[in-house]
Amino acid sequence: MNNNEATYNYTVVRQFAVMTVVWGVVGMLVGVIIAAQLLWPELNFDIPWLSYGRLRPLHTNAVIFAFGGCALFATSYYVVQRTCHARLFSDGLAAFTFWGWQAVIVLAAITLPLGITSGKEYAELEWPIDILIALVWVSYAVVFFGTIFKRKIPHIYVANWFYGAFILTVAILHLVNSAAVPATFWKSYSAYSGAQDAMVQWWYGHNAVGFFLTAGFLGIMYYFIPKQAGRPIYSYRLSVVHFWALIFTYMWAGPHHLHYTALPEWTQSLGMVFSLILLAPSWGGMINGIMTLSGAWHKLRDDPILKFLIVSLSFYGMSTFEGPMMSIKTVNALSHYTDWTIGHVHSGALGWVGLVSMGAIYFLIPKLFGRTEMWSVRLINVHFWVATVGIVLYIAAMWIAGVMQGLMWRAVGADGTLTYTFVESVKASYPFYAIRLLGGVLYFGGMVIMAWNVFQTIAEGRKVEAPIPAPATSVAAHA
Amino acid sequence: MSQFTSSFWDVYITLVSLVSILACAVFLKSQSIKRVTQGDTTETSGHIWDEDLQEYNNPLPRWWAWLFYITIAFGLVYLALYPGLGSYAGLLGWSQVKQLEEENARAQAAYGPLYEKLAAQDVVTLSKNPEALAVGEKLFLNHCAQCHASDGGGSRGFPSLTDRDWLWGGTPEAIKISIAEGRTGVMPPFGPALGEGGVKDTAHYVLSLSGGAYDSIRAARGKEKYAQLCAACHGQEGKGNQALGAPDLTDGIWLHGSGEAAIAETIAKGRNNQMPPHKDLLGPAKVHILTGYVYSLSGK
Repeated sequence: MNNNEATYNYTVVRQFAVMTVVWGVVGMLVGVIIAAQLLWPELNFDIPWLSYGRLRPLHTNAVIFAFGGCALFATSYYVVQRTCHARLFSDGLAAFTFWGWQAVIVLAAITLPLGITSGKEYAELEWPIDILIALVWVSYAVVFFGTIFKRKIPHIYVANWFYGAFILTVAILHLVNSAAVPATFWKSYSAYSGAQDAMVQWWYGHNAVGFFLTAGFLGIMYYFIPKQAGRPIYSYRLSVVHFWALIFTYMWAGPHHLHYTALPEWTQSLGMVFSLILLAPSWGGMINGIMTLSGAWHKLRDDPILKFLIVSLSFYGMSTFEGPMMSIKTVNALSHYTDWTIGHVHSGALGWVGLVSMGAIYFLIPKLFGRTEMWSVRLINVHFWVATVGIVLYIAAMWIAGVMQGLMWRAVGADGTLTYTFVESVKASYPFYAIRLLGGVLYFGGMVIMAWNVFQTIAEGRKVEAPIPAPATSVAAHA
Repeated sequence: MSQFTSSFWDVYITLVSLVSILACAVFLKSQSIKRVTQGDTTETSGHIWDEDLQEYNNPLPRWWAWLFYITIAFGLVYLALYPGLGSYAGLLGWSQVKQLEEENARAQAAYGPLYEKLAAQDVVTLSKNPEALAVGEKLFLNHCAQCHASDGGGSRGFPSLTDRDWLWGGTPEAIKISIAEGRTGVMPPFGPALGEGGVKDTAHYVLSLSGGAYDSIRAARGKEKYAQLCAACHGQEGKGNQALGAPDLTDGIWLHGSGEAAIAETIAKGRNNQMPPHKDLLGPAKVHILTGYVYSLSGK
């Protein structure tokens, strides 16, 4: 590969953008299968590789790290180049991050159904794969920050702060939480034990949400919304305050996953307090994105890509309000271990992470393949509505099921005995599992529509090289 | 808090936590500038990225800043009231263990009299008392039905409680011991001692005891082996021994499956069965009420 400093490296962006769509289809299909298994358990066909316990981590890994991860790689490589007016620091390392990351995903897709797992949620992959992840991630950091150092514009654009924080923090989270003692090639034991292991795990788990699924995707938001809307970002100052406040307070919030457990009480309380303080910093991003559209609201009517981006922020705002509420001990006593948590996660995952990624990919694909727009703009619109209805069905079903389960589990009769047995709460959840499955099928269907649209656009297009323009001279200095 | 062996970490954590929360407020305050220009056009920061990306420098929305301050204030108040700063217990003296104890005390006050009243009745009386049976059924469904099935009918490996066949005895006293203390039923494996043929022979003899179809030649050969290895627990007649939890082999009720294959497997590999103790989980009154309920099941 020639290191041509006059053009941007679109090759690696194209690769990651296409794989975002491929892994999106795969990961969401697995999600639909396990949602169906909850309704019809016999769908595992008594085959161990298809059992719920093995497919569920496959689903989470595929949608978070394969779909979400590829979206982050694609957009961050695109954004960092375009906003620094510089080609990626190293084409070779960038190519390694692509092939290395795909290898991680394929290894995950093989080992998880085989039952090879470290047993840590969202960090299930065994130690040899963990080492590969670490290598890929360090290369990613070198490419990203190397490009920042090469920038032709003195100021670093806000999207890059978020991408940078995401890359640095995920490296630390991964290295600390995956520390393990290997027993065999495919089995290791955590370096921590008991309550400490739980604490490290949920420090990791919650910051995976905070940095992988929030900071990284806020990076997407900060580039693609102002670009698509053709409007300046609403407030530089707000972005400064909410960026620092967000990355600082997220670090403390993990213990809210361990309320009413053996974790020391002071730790639980601090986790809850910082989760509540996290509300405003989270909403800062939503305000900055939505207010960017101020004065251009009419564009929402006929620009389906903007619909994806803006509606994703509404779901972001909803789930970042819901999260702090659920971290309050009294609420958590009802919501914990119920499907409410699943609903909360999916309002963030389907609504925020999914929609903002799809919007960004719809933006990118025509530009990467030399087209002015997607093959069918109508289909983007169809995708948007199918996905939105799917999300609403999904999360409403899980909210109702979750609150119902929490209430059934705690109901006692006049003689002090439990009113319902556990299995009665499972039985009562079935109608909601059916609605959830319907919502999931719709969301998955939207993803298939997207894949078709992307395929057609690529078939008509060609791979383009984009020249690096000279940076525009800054207008009026600070007032 | 026992997790601290010196006050250093205590002070350290408290300071780090408070400084962190206050730093959020100071940072927010320092950035809450007034609107720089009053007018209809808002200034951008002056930087342009990627041809047309710019940013305005609007001040922080006031309602948003207030939301931020309120959560910070709430956090500080919460940490004053509840345990959150090292070993400081909080003004309310709340702890999750205390909350549990208080809830248990309230439950004891509300439901205690009912359980005391029922615990005073003997098991046979309870087994005919509708009020006790209603409580017993709820307890059974939540604590026993997972293994013994919701109608007490059991399943393979888990005894039925509705027949008159009792592994450890069906008297009120025996049932109560089973629930309170649990039971461990062990049948040792005889495969190595008997060999494949010997296992089959013995299985056919066991089949003959309950009047099922069997091979009389094998059964004749197995009779001697039965007397040597099995009779010590199951008795010469195969009537079992409730003191040991050894099942009656003559009644046609098979905990681990009937027929030659299942019986041969039991003989060859042995069986381990465990009923967990419930006295600490449920307490004496509930064990007593459950005993009455289980006793009533077999009387139906």
